[in-house]
Amino acid sequence: MAGAIQAPQAVRAPSPTSAAVEAALRAGRRDWAGLVAATLLLLTLLTSLAILFVLLADVFGRALPVFAERGFDILTTPLSARPTQAGVAQGLFGSIVLTIFVVVLALPIGILAAVYLEEYAGDNAFARFVNTNIRNLAGVPAIVYGLLGLAVFVTALGAGRSLLAGGLTLAILVLPIVVITTAEALRAVPLTIREAAFGVGATRSEVVTSHVLPYALPGILTGTVLTLARAFGETAPLIMVGAITGVFRTAPGSILESLEGPFTALPTIVFAWSREVKDEFRALTAAAIIVLLVVILTVNAAAVLLRNRYDRRW
Amino acid sequence: MTERTVGVAPREKGAVNLSNSTSTAPDVGLEPVFELRDFSAYYGSFRAVREISFSVERNQITAIIGPSGCGKSTLLRSFNRMNDLVPSARVSGEVLYHGVNLYDPGVDPVEVRRRIGMVFQKPNPFPKSIYDNVAFGPRVAGYKGDMKALVEESLRRAALWEEVREKLGSPGTSLSGGQQQRLCIARAIAVEPDVILMDEPCSALDPIATLRIEELMRELRENYTIVIVTHNMQQAARVSDTTAFLTMGEDRAGYLVEMAPTEQLFTQPANPLTEEYITGRFG
Repeated sequence: MAGAIQAPQAVRAPSPTSAAVEAALRAGRRDWAGLVAATLLLLTLLTSLAILFVLLADVFGRALPVFAERGFDILTTPLSARPTQAGVAQGLFGSIVLTIFVVVLALPIGILAAVYLEEYAGDNAFARFVNTNIRNLAGVPAIVYGLLGLAVFVTALGAGRSLLAGGLTLAILVLPIVVITTAEALRAVPLTIREAAFGVGATRSEVVTSHVLPYALPGILTGTVLTLARAFGETAPLIMVGAITGVFRTAPGSILESLEGPFTALPTIVFAWSREVKDEFRALTAAAIIVLLVVILTVNAAAVLLRNRYDRRW
Repeated sequence: MTERTVGVAPREKGAVNLSNSTSTAPDVGLEPVFELRDFSAYYGSFRAVREISFSVERNQITAIIGPSGCGKSTLLRSFNRMNDLVPSARVSGEVLYHGVNLYDPGVDPVEVRRRIGMVFQKPNPFPKSIYDNVAFGPRVAGYKGDMKALVEESLRRAALWEEVREKLGSPGTSLSGGQQQRLCIARAIAVEPDVILMDEPCSALDPIATLRIEELMRELRENYTIVIVTHNMQQAARVSDTTAFLTMGEDRAGYLVEMAPTEQLFTQPANPLTEEYITGRFG
């Protein structure tokens, strides 16, 4: 306590001369180890950036002639065996529909599951078991989900090789990631805020709906938008459930009917075209990659904007 | 004020067992709001608070003091079942509130917290407008009256109205630390509780803001029963009517050493441990 503090006994060291101080301050010792480390770190950064740049430059270099020649025609024409007429329209449509499946199925289920796990389940053996397994599921290779989709949706449930089967497969694929990112966003809401709400007599559901969920929403959105980008870029599981890698004609009919017919997606087209024998498909592959990249970067940018817009400080 | 009957008649005075021999209940004849009987609190197998028995009188400020880690906060958070939120927490013994054991199986913790409000160590306004911060509690309690008037009244009682009347729409988090804490007090009293629990409410505040809160506590005492945990003995001496001194035993569990009218506890402590603590020899 205050009384216990004693005045320090003044024992003065001899005052150093200003010359000695100046010599010490201006000694100019270099932190060589630090410099080496910083240089190495910078090099690793530059290497990864350089690889990315080379890849992008290569793709753009190949794709630009296609866009120069055909404009954005490539976005609106269907697949074709003739490179001069082939386009990604069906793939773009397929990818968008698949993404809608993910949004409609995986986001609500995943977010609600995370709310249950974080806010209601408590810390018991069951919750720990589920949590561990969701983390494991997030690490399962996409191709395995493709096999699951093939066995369950295509064959057992009779959805056939269709957008429906592909959408369900992608939804299952990203579900664990949605749960994990949502759970992390919920966990970022401080306990003190929950206590404040409980403290004025709110029930658990009022605490969750009035406080925890709204405050976690920016984080949830950022995380889930990123999982959408991931779903948009998946190739292997779609090929497993039968995305067309050749040419097909979309049967005329309503969108609902097209859900059950043959389908393809943007990354599948990239895969298919890259295996074509004709040289002209090299450029087309690059063009399709550009379309895919633009979509994914746009989605990622949206996620960053959302995060910056709603960033919260406690 | 809303109706505050609890529905069960308070137990007879004769049944009250103030097992602590050193305590002299102040102003005998006042109605006890809380009575603790052999109350212990645990986290898993660790006992944080050991067999505490004392009572808290109505319209008084009761301070709980003691060294760090002696279970003061745990004890306070047991008065409104806030510690239920800690997964491994459990209790034994009884916390009688107007004669009803708060830990009886049929007791609804939500209803308990509506009557027994809480102000926390670190100001924790919701990241919402000042108005919504105050209105949230009444809203979930189903308040049907004039919400604007209630918000104003609560902010006035928390001595914050004049400072925020022009900016009720701005976020509660934009206020200074002391203002935030008064906002939290306004939020707590907006649901018209019976008791306000304060867990080191000034530990994050500067001396001037601390003084404001202490003045406010003296005013609130007219209408509310206040229990405050404080690390600051001067604060306990300045604001409280009764002081309970807790310390840690060999088993690291907190136990009650002495409870007495504040002046008596600070001038003529009955227990040598209390004397050592208040003269600064430990803690």
